[in-house]
Amino acid sequence: MKLNRLLRAIFWAGLLLFLAWDWSRSSPIDLRQEPPLIAAGSGQAVSGGLCAMASGDSGS
Amino acid sequence: MLRRAPLAAALAAAFLLLLWNVSVRQAVLFLVGIGMGATLAGYRFGFTTGWRQLIEQRDPRGAIGQLLLLGLAATLAMPLLGRFSELHAALGPPSVSLLVGAFFFGLSMQLADGCGSGTLYKAGLGVPLNMAILPLFALGSFLGSAQLNAWLSLGQIHPVSLVAEFGAGKALALTWLALGALAFAVRLWAGGERPWLSRSWAYGAVLLAVLASLNLAIAGQPCGVVYGFSLWAGKLITAAGWFDPAGNGFWGLAGNAQRLGESVLLDVTSITDIGILAGALWVSARTPAPGKALNAQQWALGLTAGFVMGYSSRLAFGCNIGAMLSGISTGSLHGWIWLPMAFLGTTVGVRLRRRFQF
Repeated sequence: MKLNRLLRAIFWAGLLLFLAWDWSRSSPIDLRQEPPLIAAGSGQAVSGGLCAMASGDSGS
Repeated sequence: MLRRAPLAAALAAAFLLLLWNVSVRQAVLFLVGIGMGATLAGYRFGFTTGWRQLIEQRDPRGAIGQLLLLGLAATLAMPLLGRFSELHAALGPPSVSLLVGAFFFGLSMQLADGCGSGTLYKAGLGVPLNMAILPLFALGSFLGSAQLNAWLSLGQIHPVSLVAEFGAGKALALTWLALGALAFAVRLWAGGERPWLSRSWAYGAVLLAVLASLNLAIAGQPCGVVYGFSLWAGKLITAAGWFDPAGNGFWGLAGNAQRLGESVLLDVTSITDIGILAGALWVSARTPAPGKALNAQQWALGLTAGFVMGYSSRLAFGCNIGAMLSGISTGSLHGWIWLPMAFLGTTVGVRLRRRFQF
């Protein structure tokens, strides 16, 4: 159980460290360009990363 | 043992940080992810386990629960897609890579004892193997994405959208027909005496279908798991100077290159992944899951399988969530190819599990 707790602590610490590191070196977020809360009916096209995404010449 | 009150405070703080520093949308998607994680973990809604139980014990409940999820999610998603042009489906190209990737994903998820969502919720619950698999999954999915162009050159056709081809109504009818045929096949295999469904599978299916549809309506795209992982690994590898995205067919695309430079907190799939982990962590405060003790060989196999899962899921344009749930519920032909190929792979994976006494 103690080992499990240690492993969990390492896991979550690793994730949080990664997020902090990523935040520190990423381009600043322009809060004025915030996407709409709900995409449906917003009139704005979506542009997120998607698992179904293939390379540029797939036609998808 | 974790306590729920400080955990709730931490999750609320995370939500507020997202709200203040990122966007309202991402903060709300974080909550949707938490809901998914809590549902997956709370009801132990395991795609991997459900298939294994069907094959080994002829227990249909998990498989029927998953078919119910697909049907309910399609019932909510397809009309949304038909009504709102801002939303898009999870359309992957039918390809050689899809056939190969889905098969090996189905195989390796049995050895890793968890698919994409399974890895996430079990890692959130604190299962050591799945916590260790997560970075390897990320590495595998990044490598798969970086090499995707080469795989696609082996052969592909354009994605096929049932909603675009037939309209939302007919696409939904076809989907239910196909799911009904699968349910009949499951029933034939399991026999008439076994119960079709259990409460936990049914509740899990309903909740996940609603949450998946919320994700679609809010984010504008169906939920996924694998893209987030590949992005995290891509950022680390690029920062280390080991990879130049500019020269790569996948990461050189404008959107992907932009996401490499932006915070992962802006990425829809990454927020879902983090939310699922957090939701499962919440469940673990009441019902921890230490996982089964494994020997060295089983550890080695499990970790290798985790890497293969990541690589193959990229080739297959998603895992159980991204390809099967999101693909099928939004009317993509690639989801219907993914499912039987992954199941075929799982029949091999289940045998390998027995062989190595998992």
